[in-house]
Amino acid sequence: MTGLAFLIPIALLMGLAGLAAFLWAMRNGQYEDLDGAANRILIDEDDGEDETGEGL
Amino acid sequence: MEGIASARVNFSAKRVAIEHDTALGEDALSEALLKLGFEAQSVTDNPLGDEGADRKRLMRALGVAGFGMMNVMLLSVSVWSGAQGATRELFHWLSALIAIPVIAYAGRPFFASAWMALKYRRTNMDVPISIGVVLATLLSLYETVSGGEHAYFESAVMLLFFLLAGRALDAEMRTRTRAGIGALLGRMGKSASVIGPDGSTKRLAATQLEPGMLVLVAAGEALAADGEVEQGTSAIDNAMLTGESAPEIIGVGSAVHAGAINLTAPIRMRLTQTSDDTALAGIARLMDEAGQSRSQYVRIADRASRAYAPIVHTLAALAFIGWMIAGAGWHQSLVIAIAVLIITCPCAMGLAVPAAQVVASGALLKRGLLVKDGSALERLAEADTALFDKTGTLTLGEPRPDISRLDGDARSVALGLAQNSRHPLSRGLADALRNDGVTPAEIDDVEEIAGTGLSGRWNGQRVALERPPSEASDLATRLSIGDRLLTVTFADQLRTGIAETIATLKTAGLESSILSGDREEAVSMLAKELGIPARAQVDPGEKLAVLEALRAEGRKPLMVGDGLNDGPALAAAHASIAPGTASDASQQAADAVFVGEGLLPVALAVQVAQRTMGVVRQNFIFAIGYNALAVPLAVLGYVTPLIAAIAMSISSIVVVGNSLRLARSARAGRSA
Repeated sequence: MTGLAFLIPIALLMGLAGLAAFLWAMRNGQYEDLDGAANRILIDEDDGEDETGEGL
Repeated sequence: MEGIASARVNFSAKRVAIEHDTALGEDALSEALLKLGFEAQSVTDNPLGDEGADRKRLMRALGVAGFGMMNVMLLSVSVWSGAQGATRELFHWLSALIAIPVIAYAGRPFFASAWMALKYRRTNMDVPISIGVVLATLLSLYETVSGGEHAYFESAVMLLFFLLAGRALDAEMRTRTRAGIGALLGRMGKSASVIGPDGSTKRLAATQLEPGMLVLVAAGEALAADGEVEQGTSAIDNAMLTGESAPEIIGVGSAVHAGAINLTAPIRMRLTQTSDDTALAGIARLMDEAGQSRSQYVRIADRASRAYAPIVHTLAALAFIGWMIAGAGWHQSLVIAIAVLIITCPCAMGLAVPAAQVVASGALLKRGLLVKDGSALERLAEADTALFDKTGTLTLGEPRPDISRLDGDARSVALGLAQNSRHPLSRGLADALRNDGVTPAEIDDVEEIAGTGLSGRWNGQRVALERPPSEASDLATRLSIGDRLLTVTFADQLRTGIAETIATLKTAGLESSILSGDREEAVSMLAKELGIPARAQVDPGEKLAVLEALRAEGRKPLMVGDGLNDGPALAAAHASIAPGTASDASQQAADAVFVGEGLLPVALAVQVAQRTMGVVRQNFIFAIGYNALAVPLAVLGYVTPLIAAIAMSISSIVVVGNSLRLARSARAGRSA
């Protein structure tokens, strides 16, 4: 039974970590452009300019 | 290109963000994009911001509910598999600690909507959901405190999770299509350069303009208010108001209206009517009023729940009273009543409609049709009469040149000239030549004279695109290269697939007819060709009257139109579709917008909408059938929380799986 004292907090923490990662990803705009990445490979970056996407 | 730091395209929202020098104007940027082959419009003020915030709130709630569901389920599984005594109590307490904040946070969209409905003495889908969730939570809390055997936290949280998934899908579909339509919007003037008494100009937003102000309108700028020309001659494109593609020549004293685009030369105008008083705003009000009837439309999910909620609540109450009479004690009776509520909670129903509609609209989006929201699909499926506008709807509404008679040199000279002008004929010619892969010739000293044409020098010869002297009525232009004269004629071509569309609509149960403001001869000729009835020379008010008469007969008309003169009719129709080339107001009034040159998406939209509602009905039948099986078990007290949870998940999965079939049927519609 003492195992529970470790396992339950671990399970909760992992769940919370997942939730935090999801909320962070949303706030960070990771879901804003789902089709872009697939198309972006077709764009030539000939002058090697920065790709930070600050324009968004 | 000089002055551009970076550019990034968002393919989902169909937007490009450009970081550039302040010296570089918006016009220069859209011109540069046009040269690359993209037509660009600036995103002035973001009308879609609220929608995005709403979707984000739902997504966050969904994430929280997902977290809660997984953790509570973990604890519940061990309780179901036989945890006893102190362990069970500990697990119940832990579940309560996780579930209560999660329910309070993730349940807000439902509680808020249910509260609103109850406040106005109505009921909607959210009322039974909220009652079920709140009662389940309260009872579970009581069970936990009193050390009881069963807690229902996992059922409450899981219910919220599935329902939120449905809501998030619904919101996702709306934002996705709104973004597509938003990219097509924004052509009306939102600001103007006001000339002060001292001659200086100041940029003011359209809402701050006042009658009597003197405004400078640059070539290519859209007018932000109604007024009278005080100085200058130019041509304006009135397509937004009249749907007429040929430009109108204006001079001192001409009345001009907001929404028109000044094409050739800068003019000064004195404002007469501003913001809400403009002719455009007047038409918008007419559309608003016409759209009132549509806002009373009750969506199928709410209609179902209006019939369903009283039955569920009565059943639960009866179960409670029945067990009380049977002497089970109030506690057990309440547990059974809540089990009934939870098991009948319209979980599958909450998913039944949005899942099908999202899949269908996603499939339609891929085929070039943007459906604004779920209610639009429902109304499209119910339509039984189709009315088509002619110019711009059955035809392309833009002059297409016949370039077959031009040889190589003439083509490149024509493009070299035409690309310098915003005149609709020049743009039509330039587009056609660009699409043909023509490279423009280098032309020097290009000059544009309003009402006459373009001229310049190429290889030492005078070249020009001019209005032909004789044929004033026909759409044509004359290309001269030195002494050579070539006449290019323009025609407003028919869209492709009209006959097929009408045939498909007929099999889908819709009778088509034409309702046009155009001349009698032109309309009746087309009507005869297509074999459908037509009415010509109908003004916007009469179009509205025709639609209202149809509605009064109990018909459900589908209006397909593009011009602003169709706006009120589009808003009044049971369902409406506009082409992507339509005026902004019409696109906003319409339920769906199709892009491209074919008319087939209209037929496809109706077909897919009908199929979608078929699937929605199947989903409902399944959900009701499932309830018919589960409710007696619940009433008799045989349903444990484990069975309720499993049954709920299975029904949701079956509903989603059934809806996914629509993606295939929309694809199959291509060959059908």
